[in-house]
Amino acid sequence: MNADDFQSLLPLLTLAAGATLLMLQIAFARNIKLTILLALATLLAATLSIAWAGDSAPRFVTPLLRADELALAFSALFCIAAAATALLSMDYLNNRGDEPEEYFLLLVLSTLGACVLAYASHLASLLLGLELMSVSLYALIAYPDKTKLPLEAAIKYLVLSGASSATMLFGFALLYATTGTLQFSEMGQQLANLDTGNITLLVASVMIVAGLGFKLSLVPFHMWTPDVYDGAPAPVTGFLASVAKAAVFVVLVRWFISSDLFRFSILIDCVALLAIFSMLAGNLLALLQTNIKRMLAYSSIAHMGYLMIILVVGSELAHRPLAIEAGMYYLVAYTATTIAAFGLLTLLSAGESQRENIQLHDLSGLFWHQPLYASLMLVALLSLAGIPLTAGFVAKFYLLSSAVSDSRWLLLGGLVIGSSIGIYYYLRVIFYMTRRVEEHNNIPEVPHGLLAKLVSCVLIASILLLGTLPQPLMEYLQSILQLVN
Amino acid sequence: MSIAILIGILLGGGLLAILSERWGSGAPRWVSLAIIGVALVYLLTAVTGAAPEQINTTAAMGNNWIAYLKLDWIPRFGISFELAMDGLSLLLVVLTLLLGLIAVSSSWSEINFKQGFFQANILWTLAGVTGVFLAMDLFLFFLFWEVMLIPMYLLIAIWGHENKAYAAMKFFIFTQFSGLLMLLSIVVLAWQASVVNGSYSFSYFDLLGTTLNSKLEFWVMLGFFLAFTVKLPGFPFHTWLPDAHTQAPTAGSVLLAGILLKTGAYGLLRFAIPLFPEASMDFAPIAMTLGAAGVIYGAVLAFAQTDFKRLVAYSSVSHMGFVLLGLYAWNTIAMQGAVMQMVAHGISTAALFMMAGAIQHRLHTRDMNKMGGLWHNAPRMGACALFFAVASLGLPGLGNFVAEFLVLLGLFAVQPWITAVAALGVIGAAIYALWMMQLAFQGKPDESREFADFDPREMATMAVMMIILVWLGLYPQPVLDLAQPALDSLQQLTSKTETVIALTQTAMVSQ
Repeated sequence: MNADDFQSLLPLLTLAAGATLLMLQIAFARNIKLTILLALATLLAATLSIAWAGDSAPRFVTPLLRADELALAFSALFCIAAAATALLSMDYLNNRGDEPEEYFLLLVLSTLGACVLAYASHLASLLLGLELMSVSLYALIAYPDKTKLPLEAAIKYLVLSGASSATMLFGFALLYATTGTLQFSEMGQQLANLDTGNITLLVASVMIVAGLGFKLSLVPFHMWTPDVYDGAPAPVTGFLASVAKAAVFVVLVRWFISSDLFRFSILIDCVALLAIFSMLAGNLLALLQTNIKRMLAYSSIAHMGYLMIILVVGSELAHRPLAIEAGMYYLVAYTATTIAAFGLLTLLSAGESQRENIQLHDLSGLFWHQPLYASLMLVALLSLAGIPLTAGFVAKFYLLSSAVSDSRWLLLGGLVIGSSIGIYYYLRVIFYMTRRVEEHNNIPEVPHGLLAKLVSCVLIASILLLGTLPQPLMEYLQSILQLVN
Repeated sequence: MSIAILIGILLGGGLLAILSERWGSGAPRWVSLAIIGVALVYLLTAVTGAAPEQINTTAAMGNNWIAYLKLDWIPRFGISFELAMDGLSLLLVVLTLLLGLIAVSSSWSEINFKQGFFQANILWTLAGVTGVFLAMDLFLFFLFWEVMLIPMYLLIAIWGHENKAYAAMKFFIFTQFSGLLMLLSIVVLAWQASVVNGSYSFSYFDLLGTTLNSKLEFWVMLGFFLAFTVKLPGFPFHTWLPDAHTQAPTAGSVLLAGILLKTGAYGLLRFAIPLFPEASMDFAPIAMTLGAAGVIYGAVLAFAQTDFKRLVAYSSVSHMGFVLLGLYAWNTIAMQGAVMQMVAHGISTAALFMMAGAIQHRLHTRDMNKMGGLWHNAPRMGACALFFAVASLGLPGLGNFVAEFLVLLGLFAVQPWITAVAALGVIGAAIYALWMMQLAFQGKPDESREFADFDPREMATMAVMMIILVWLGLYPQPVLDLAQPALDSLQQLTSKTETVIALTQTAMVSQ
């Protein structure tokens, strides 16, 4: 490895160094303010290092990691999302448990895992990143609140995620047995020589699809999602729902492109089926929820279903660039929106010490006593529903365009029906927020700090800007994807 | 003239209305009134004396545009911020702003919860509707189409009556689902055009004359047709309307009936028919059947209502059936009738909803069985009600008569039997309108009831609407002239199609 290699890994190195520093700081002198400052500085430095790391990209750094614009862009996104999560959870942590310093350490570690996934070009680094991210998440889920619900969620996530990783690992082993390599592009060359009906390959792909389907919570591997989302502390849920999903999706896209997995029509059909199931089941089940976190959990299942469309469309070489671009835009929009939605729940629950304000009626009249925070939720919900002027609409438009270009009518039907069902449960939250409150209703205490308000404003602005002036991001994605394809 | 300023005034006015609540609880309505007034004055001064704009277009659209604006927006997909105004758009935008004034006036003393936000939502709805009438980029059009729903949803959901959650939700889901189908159609159309032209464009002028294969054209046309007919509302898709109207606050009902329904008709006239002339031509008999069914069905159901607002809502279904008939009858006279109906119905129904709102504000009920003898209590109100009831049933000399007469006249040349059926709707209208007068205003008055008559503000509002209807009824020519160029270019498109069809038929025969 030479200096250029190190330079292109700067975001990863910064995060790793920051995590070490945090660990030392916590061991020697516990000070929550210092910890927060260090964590934010680390995330900020990692984000800024992208500009410098880009100079030596694109290149392979060992066969494990591929440092290109895509990896750098998503590393930046993950760091920013983590920073937003950290800022939003400060007040939340103050009222819960003692010594919340490790929370920030775990957050940085989990972000590091996500960034490794964005770089991964090898099954070993994929697994490494995935486990680093997930293991930190188990701890994050159980850490802030020492009550029953988060513990249950953490155990559930640990056991199921462990099982899915094991399944996936077995799939990797079988894949290695047939192709003799774990590196994405080499695997593609080996696979090209193999008969597509190879039975070992089939078993391997089933196991890997199941494993990754679990991580992305696609139907029918979605059972854990509502329970874990519900039990986990709101800021962690936001991180889990946005960054953890996006990271897995990015590596999946890279794997599909590098190994040209698009060739396997059975695999593509399988993905299409998962997409349709997820869109419909996710939206239908969300209708029944009165707990907003559970509702958002099912909605995230549906959104992952929408996102799968782009893998199906990508199977046609002519439409692949548009499809991948659409997927990447969707990820950015979805991350911003999800952080915003869970950010509101975090802020609402900051005043409590045991429970969280996450039932529909907890939001009653929010519009009238907390207009700024209600606007945050309003914008997030409209974006999730795909109403114009928000990021979600442009993302949905992108998806529609790419699916239309490939004439995938069945998937489009699923998308249209799913989105229409979705309107109901998103609007219901808005309806609760605009209710007139009676005096006896208890109004949740929210933090009055300037910081929380600032983050809310930034989130609202970014969702609206992505929805009204999407051209710069579109151009940027187009330019970086040209190099990847 | 920059027509974007018009939308800007209304959007910014909304924010101003929210802020103005600090100056006093009555301030927002004055602000709102002033903003709409300014917008109206701005529009009229800008329009008079403006030279017609030339738009480079290969398609057969006349160059009768009063104003035009195009700014690059999302070049990645060839989307631009493209607004244009011709006589038809001008007519509808003026109607929009006028009814905006009436909506503000009709809810003058009704709202006492968050006045500022209420007025802001009215202004934003107006901005959205104005955008719909002006947008010439299909992406932009869709954006306005969806965005105008949100303030309307909030109007119903926050200030609505007892069953507002259900009504607001139903309204939104119906329009949203059909809207998504339209978005899909727009994308398919733009994609097909981009395959032919080599570059993306969502501009109306670029997409006009795009040839699709006939099967695809039918489905794409259906996507547009559904979105517009749901909004119109056409016969089987009307069920959201009675609920939304009944539950909305008075201003909401006025805006819904007066202008939101017109966006559906406008969409058919501007987009669905010109973009897909052949498919629309084939589809016309079905559309006309739906229109006639709506006329009859609306009239019958209106007669069966005891709820004042529901009755007016169903009468809207009946009247908008005439618009559908007129548009798809596809000749100049019937189309003129359809445009006339859009304006006349907007005014007369807005007046009836204002009436319903006034009664509900005073009696706290919409049930006509609990009314009776209101004329005795409030003679001014009774006289106004009678005027708009007979306008609604199509009394000669008022705007609605001209509209319905023209539609039936034009339609008779094409489909005599459907005309015969639709004409029954006019009789139905007489029955339910007079029935409403009888139940609510005639009969034995309740002596113990305290019932205030219309005050000068309400009388002034009513007078404005009466004058417009009489003017439309006695001298409709200016309105017809204004919309004529848009209708002419539509006719041109059709005649072109007819020639093509005739030519292919001759070719086939000769083979």
